[in-house]
Amino acid sequence: MITAERKPLDEIIDYIKPFSRILLVGCNECVTVCAAGGRKEVGLLSSALQMAFMKEGKVLDVKELTLERQCDPEYVEELVPLIDQVDAVVSMACGCGVQEVAKRFKEKPVFPAVNTKFMGASERQGVWAERCQGCGDCVLGMTGGICPVARCSKRLLNGPCGGSSNGKCEINPEVDCAWQLIWDRLKSLGIEKTYEEIVPAKDWRTSRDGGPRKIIREDLA
Amino acid sequence: MAGTMRYSYPPNVHIIRVPCSGKVDALHIMKAFQKGADGVYVAGCLEGDCHFKTGNIKAAHMVAYLKGLLDEIGIGAERLEMFTMSAGMGERFARIATDFTERIRKLGPNPAKAGSDKTDKVAVG
Repeated sequence: MITAERKPLDEIIDYIKPFSRILLVGCNECVTVCAAGGRKEVGLLSSALQMAFMKEGKVLDVKELTLERQCDPEYVEELVPLIDQVDAVVSMACGCGVQEVAKRFKEKPVFPAVNTKFMGASERQGVWAERCQGCGDCVLGMTGGICPVARCSKRLLNGPCGGSSNGKCEINPEVDCAWQLIWDRLKSLGIEKTYEEIVPAKDWRTSRDGGPRKIIREDLA
Repeated sequence: MAGTMRYSYPPNVHIIRVPCSGKVDALHIMKAFQKGADGVYVAGCLEGDCHFKTGNIKAAHMVAYLKGLLDEIGIGAERLEMFTMSAGMGERFARIATDFTERIRKLGPNPAKAGSDKTDKVAVG
């Protein structure tokens, strides 16, 4: 999932200070799962913003709506009946959702309420960790299902660096050395030989280095 | 128990009964403040005594999170608290109700107060 965290309240309040009617839009997908921008967080932020305004002797009218998916234009259309009743939109979706709303409603200012972080997985209740960088050329088949691009601090492709110590990364003793994890996994699968294969320099053009990316499925487009 | 033991506690404490403190939602607390409550406290079972195993621990985590949010918007974390007590601790219940009311009285009215309804609220689970 795409993970996110709510922005500091001060930053959000700064965005909406000039307005008195806002539309607070949540998203029912990734940001709901990582407890950053689902229906519940929309309710909490709405309440917090209204109180922050009340404290200053002002009134903030907040309309709340949580879309099934904010990154799909079909769902963003659901905002149409509300958009004329507000001065600005605050989106609690990831950056994709914010941009979809801004694209659809060009005449309205649209502000983000969360900082989009990374593509990750739940380690346990309330803890999410980075697992994928969307490099565009997946190497998980060679690395026992553990990604060296996302989980090695140096994105090394041919084994660990000298900073690997007792299975941990030198940047932080809390961070596992991805290559230790990969080695352990290859060994338990009995395919240590895979480790011997030299991986040539990665072509990063499939990643962000090649500029903004696009997928076109001719059969669906 | 406070009632049957004839312990008195401040009449402005408005009790909202819930089946377990774990059932108290963050939004319930925020709405209470938004509607003018000067203080809110959650009264849960003693640690380790939750009938549903971890309801009171969950509630304590939620309260800790909301305290941060209340500080961020300038309402003040000290207006919200979590207390634990057993169903048999009538005296403790009455004492906490009295002490918390006193604490809130010293803090003054909820800065976000908009309406005229002025009560301290408590959720008991």
